[in-house]
Amino acid sequence: MDTSGIKPLGMEKFWLGVLLAPTIIGLIFGAFGSVLATLLISFTNWDFLRPPVWTGLANYIALFKDEKLLTPLVNTLKFTALYVPGVVAISLAVAILLNRKIRGVGMFRTAYYLPVVTSAVAAALVWQMIYGRDAGLLNFIIEKLGFAPVCWFCEKNALISVVIVNIWGAIGEGMIIFLAGLQSIPRDYYEAATVDGADAGQLFRRITLPLITPSIFFMTLITTINSFQAYEYIYMLTRRGQGDSSVPVVVFSIYRNAFNFHRMGQASAMAIELAVIVAALMLLYFWLERRYVVYE
Amino acid sequence: MSKSMGIQARRSLMDGITYILLGLGAIIMVLPFLWMVATAFKMPADQYTKTLIPSPATLANFRELWVNLPFPRLMLNSFWLSTLNVIGQLLTCSMGAFAFAVVRFRGRNLLFTLLLITLMIPGQVALIPNFIIFKWLGLIGTQVPLWLPAFWGGAFGTFLLRQFFLTIPRDLAEAARVDGASLIEIFWHIYLPLAKPALAALAIFTFQWSWNDLLHPLVYLPTDLKKTTLTVGLAFFQQQLVQGGKFTVLMAGALVSILPLVIIFFLAQKQFVEGIALTGIKR
Repeated sequence: MDTSGIKPLGMEKFWLGVLLAPTIIGLIFGAFGSVLATLLISFTNWDFLRPPVWTGLANYIALFKDEKLLTPLVNTLKFTALYVPGVVAISLAVAILLNRKIRGVGMFRTAYYLPVVTSAVAAALVWQMIYGRDAGLLNFIIEKLGFAPVCWFCEKNALISVVIVNIWGAIGEGMIIFLAGLQSIPRDYYEAATVDGADAGQLFRRITLPLITPSIFFMTLITTINSFQAYEYIYMLTRRGQGDSSVPVVVFSIYRNAFNFHRMGQASAMAIELAVIVAALMLLYFWLERRYVVYE
Repeated sequence: MSKSMGIQARRSLMDGITYILLGLGAIIMVLPFLWMVATAFKMPADQYTKTLIPSPATLANFRELWVNLPFPRLMLNSFWLSTLNVIGQLLTCSMGAFAFAVVRFRGRNLLFTLLLITLMIPGQVALIPNFIIFKWLGLIGTQVPLWLPAFWGGAFGTFLLRQFFLTIPRDLAEAARVDGASLIEIFWHIYLPLAKPALAALAIFTFQWSWNDLLHPLVYLPTDLKKTTLTVGLAFFQQQLVQGGKFTVLMAGALVSILPLVIIFFLAQKQFVEGIALTGIKR
């Protein structure tokens, strides 16, 4: 047992309980109790009107058999495969450029961070104008440059259009995390290597890249978690009639099944599916961390 | 001499490339905001004109938000709910963080590990059971589900504050202990005042999340424009106004809705940056 810290005496044990009570309540209601409850509900058929009926694994089998439930999973995985590398690579590139000693760093940092503080709802409204097929800003520019206009939310393009907006909204946060990582690399390393005749490429491969791996690991981790929860831009940009979406993702589908269709069991099975995939990816990441991440 | 000139020239070339790349990127980042501002001041008839300077410029779109749409009410709701969330998170996360960082008790590491694990559980897993509990309590259709959970701590805030508390020298607490200070006094008079930067960072993040949240208000208050938030309101107007050909009003609404956070961001850039760095690197 960790023996550092101040020992509570007498009545203070009660006060320790008070300090910890919200956290413990949160662990029960907000986290583990909820996972357990969701798991239980996922084995039932429940519409809130009649009592739940135990259906075993039926909801889970439907996840893979019913195309309406499989499509969101496929979309989420595609989204993640594009979004996570996109955010990590672009925000690392921006951070590396900003880490060069140039003037105007503050101004650039503000510009790149601005989308992070903006609500996705507000940003999506303006992106809707930018992406517009006939009167959108982007097609206006594309046509001025002499190319054919693009239908940004037609079948194949919709997913990529949504990914672009999501990346746009996330670069700022990654930039800050990578800048902090880059600035924690001691300057002496570069100076010593330069004296030994290393060129810029070698400096990057031999010093920057290995020493930035903890930040890359951390960013990949949180970006993946965020990716599986991405919802707002998708809701705002791909909504169609009757509350459907042209690019439904898992979170969208959970919301829709639970709160539009009142299929609590099916929605819960999807939530568990989401949690299991995220957990599996986390295990993979931590395994990769042991092998590839360099801690000083 | 010639070699150092070469290095100089290469350095200026690299600087030039850096500026061009960063500048192009910055334009892409900022253009949507410029477009939002430009459209918000255009006449509805000019909504599709491709100019950055509206001519003629008008405030009619903002007037419409105030007069014809329940915008002040929605802003007030969002402001009230975000403030309650900030209070709840600051209070309960700092309590938990202090216990984890300073107090010795059995099961501390286990409890903290459990808390960290929850960082990896997608929040949507809790959505359905929480909805059911709030339904049983008869709280659907009220604002309670949108602020009550802020009062049961949370992994992110507790972790952020604990990391900060750990940087405060333990000697301070131990000296106060020798002088007879109780745990609560040490918490209130030593740790909280010293943790102002971290508390500010958590306050800003919480306000931002709460202000920008769409999913939860959509679940708990989807249609009641008297009680619901700005984000739900904007999503609701999106459908009406786009069909009515009023992108200008929509952009005015979007602009007003992001203004509070943009202002906070410009006033408190340091807290944003330090807050992210604190959770990002001091693991």
